[in-house]
Amino acid sequence: MAIIKSIFILLLFQLAGEALRALTHVSIPGPVIGMILLAAFYILRRREPSLPLQRTANGLLSWLGLLFLPAGVGIIANLALLRSAWLPISVSLIASTFLTLITTAWIMHRFGPRASIPDSILPSIHQDGV
Amino acid sequence: MNPIVLPRTLSPGIVPLFAIVLTLGAYLFGVEVQKRLRNPLANPVLIGIVLVGITLRVLHLSYQDYFTGAQFIHFLLGPATVALAIPMVRALEHMRRGFWPMLSALVAGSLVGLLSGYGLVRLLGGSQAIALSMAPKSLTTPVALAVSIAIGGIPSLSVAFAILGGILVAVFIDPLLHWLNINEPSARGLAAGTAGSGIGASRVIPQHTLSAAFAGVAIGANSILTAILAPIVIPLLKHW
Repeated sequence: MAIIKSIFILLLFQLAGEALRALTHVSIPGPVIGMILLAAFYILRRREPSLPLQRTANGLLSWLGLLFLPAGVGIIANLALLRSAWLPISVSLIASTFLTLITTAWIMHRFGPRASIPDSILPSIHQDGV
Repeated sequence: MNPIVLPRTLSPGIVPLFAIVLTLGAYLFGVEVQKRLRNPLANPVLIGIVLVGITLRVLHLSYQDYFTGAQFIHFLLGPATVALAIPMVRALEHMRRGFWPMLSALVAGSLVGLLSGYGLVRLLGGSQAIALSMAPKSLTTPVALAVSIAIGGIPSLSVAFAILGGILVAVFIDPLLHWLNINEPSARGLAAGTAGSGIGASRVIPQHTLSAAFAGVAIGANSILTAILAPIVIPLLKHW
């Protein structure tokens, strides 16, 4: 039951996000709006999410990479276009991605607070190195 | 070589089922390879995409056929994205203390991603259509698609760039940030989400609660920031 309730909560907030997106016509995807709504819900109620919900969330998140495979395989549909301008594409993609990564990481590392929670939420999965 | 006519001659349900088994198997194989090799290039998402891609080619299955089954796995991306709120709530106190550095890092990252994506393609002689498709590449795929349409890029190309960029982050974030001595979990999460959205985040989420929390914030915030900034900044660049 606890797992069904957790899945219900996640899908309910996703549905709320999709509904809000349809109503407001913003270009932010429904699940991202749902994520903001769910975080706001717990922050405003000043409560920790229940343990089953934490477990379900961690379960889904620890396999997040798998969930990107179906969309990722879609790249093969674009191979011809990618090949046609492979040099500017590959150089800019690599350089721009690394620049973005380093800029964000450096500012946060240099000016942000130090970690106070020393643990990992997913100790067993961490060893799998997903 | 004759194509193996495995699907439609059997039962109608076998192609979707095959797609799901293939996706799970390819990913599990990728995880196994990653465990053995301990090389950053051995990333399960990258290995999985290549394996599935090759299999579809060999079996002469179209991407549409594959997606009839794979959509069930794809669907879970929605609740998984919502689930990013949970680590966020747990890291609230940390986020409050680091609010301004976080916002600065997010805005800087969003701008650098947009401008360098567009500018580098133009500098290297790529067409404007490709440059415009490159600009939203750091975003989560549905937002990359929407922004691409808004600024006049090629939507499917933007999706491909977003996925490839995410893989780059997942593969190189550990060696790159280790080399720069950046080990703060919040900084790693924020950078992974800003530069590589979900795929990039999938690499750092299991490492630390704060990495997971800040990756979630970064995916959401970068979607919002870039969706606002791109239609303002990109038309200014188009003249060049």
